[in-house]
Amino acid sequence: MANSFHIVVCASIVPDPLQTLEPAAGPAGSGLKNEMMLPAVLDPWAAAGLYEAANLAAKHPGSKVWLVSLGPKAKLQQVLMTVAQKVPFELVAIDGPLGGFTDAHSTAAALAEAIAAIPGLDREHLLLFGGWESASRGAGVTLQTTGERLGITDQFQGVDQITVNEDGSFEVLERVEGGKHQVSVCTGAPAVLGWATGNLPEPRNSPQVGMANMRGIMPALQKAKNVKLDANGLSYISVSLPKQKRETRLVKDMPEDEIAREIVAWIEE
Amino acid sequence: MEKILVLTHVDESGAALTGASLESVAAGVEFAGLLDATLVIGIVGAQTEAAAQQLAGASARVLSVSGEAFAQARYASDAAACEALCRAAEPTLVFAPASSRFARVIPGVAYRLGGFADTHITALAKGDGLTASRSFYRQRVEAVVRRETRPWFLLLEGGTRAPYSAAAGQVQPEPVAVTLPPLRTNVTGTRAPSQGEQTIRPDAKILLVAGAGWTKKQPDGQVHGAEAEALILGFLHLTGASLGSSKSLVDQGGENQSVLKFMTHLNQIGQTGATPRHAKGLSTCCHGEEPHVVGWRFINERRAINLDANCGWARGKADVLYVADAFKVMAKVNALLAEKK
Repeated sequence: MANSFHIVVCASIVPDPLQTLEPAAGPAGSGLKNEMMLPAVLDPWAAAGLYEAANLAAKHPGSKVWLVSLGPKAKLQQVLMTVAQKVPFELVAIDGPLGGFTDAHSTAAALAEAIAAIPGLDREHLLLFGGWESASRGAGVTLQTTGERLGITDQFQGVDQITVNEDGSFEVLERVEGGKHQVSVCTGAPAVLGWATGNLPEPRNSPQVGMANMRGIMPALQKAKNVKLDANGLSYISVSLPKQKRETRLVKDMPEDEIAREIVAWIEE
Repeated sequence: MEKILVLTHVDESGAALTGASLESVAAGVEFAGLLDATLVIGIVGAQTEAAAQQLAGASARVLSVSGEAFAQARYASDAAACEALCRAAEPTLVFAPASSRFARVIPGVAYRLGGFADTHITALAKGDGLTASRSFYRQRVEAVVRRETRPWFLLLEGGTRAPYSAAAGQVQPEPVAVTLPPLRTNVTGTRAPSQGEQTIRPDAKILLVAGAGWTKKQPDGQVHGAEAEALILGFLHLTGASLGSSKSLVDQGGENQSVLKFMTHLNQIGQTGATPRHAKGLSTCCHGEEPHVVGWRFINERRAINLDANCGWARGKADVLYVADAFKVMAKVNALLAEKK
């Protein structure tokens, strides 16, 4: 097991970024109109974490990747049909509510319980990956709290790079203010890494990887435990779309010189 | 009765509180008055005596955690420091700046204290108790929330209120002891990824966004990457602007396509990137679709240059859309700016 890792990636599913969102109040509280009908994708930052996890596992023989995701089973199945073709992983599914208005602390409790119950997971070699925020709730709370619940006190957020050294220690680049990275060296797993974009492009679809993954995904979805998420005293007084409409002045057929003068004058205002 | 603790930390100089910390202090002072609450301020840093003087006149008890271990922005030591300050102050409400240092640890600290954290708070108000505003779905939905449970931790976004300005007087912080866990992480420094070229300037008045169009074939059938680089860097040098990009352009770098060499994922604006705050924004060669424009939520005045009159910017997302060739316009903009230097 020298320099091998058990990498657990927490990833939610979120509405496709191209979809128009409209808040709507439902029987379960705040939500989005036609939420279950909206096309969904794996959360982009968590997806970066998944691709980095697969890349790391490929470089360190003996490593293994689990994807832990909480959402309605039907929706998870839809999204995972695509995600499964990207990189090898074993799915741990949790059947629960979708959306950004659920409480992050309850989500973390459900994730931590599911991770702790993964058979054969070596907590001494555990790297807990995920997005530093989601594209739904966007709180940046779930991963830290999940890590705390699992007793992990080496945590990194806004991660763009991990480099493992021969002795098992690793260097992490985290985003900090001013467009810089903070460089840290950790003596080794266990650790929590909340990923920003990382540096890897989205892997190409691989039918072979997809077929291998799907053999485990369907049974995992069938045995997904249903959870209810407590609001923990959180209530929504109002939920609305931001007022963003502007009266756009369309400038056509203006010579470039004139456009440039107008822009420079505007910059100098 | 509420008891407010404002958590703060020192800046890179080690002698002053960060601007975002002072904004949180201002929020603490304001809401201690509005909610008739008591106010405690906690400072984390290697040295805290000098920074504490910035809190003079705040009518608050000031606690501090100091020592070499707290010079580093590291989860294990920062979480232990914040936990100790919270246990010493026993607050019902905790305000903290949404800096990278505190955003990393506050949710974990809330869990240790049996509390709950809400983040990216852009406004606080007194309604029936304290309410907080924040965005969901990457600034595409806004909500006002309230929590009945305590302690309630609120990470306040920077740039949303004026920083606290100290009055005359001396502040003597009370030291708080911390039991540190074994420290397995060492922060070795910071690294700028842009090959010596500073392209991200959070304090700039203007944001220049470069879209994927800069690396597409131009009317002569050729890609003009070098020219695009020169135009963009020229504009940055002449105006001190900050540079943003669309995801598609940044991704090209990872796929070894024609790229702007100074562009990294840190420049990415939008659904999967940053949401910076600048007074003005100029978009070039970018289509202005929703996933990108969500990153412009806090850009006040917006102008765009695009060859497509039906692009996203024309649909109420920019104040002015110039339907023109950005290569030609930016060359002339740079020439005019250079003349004025």
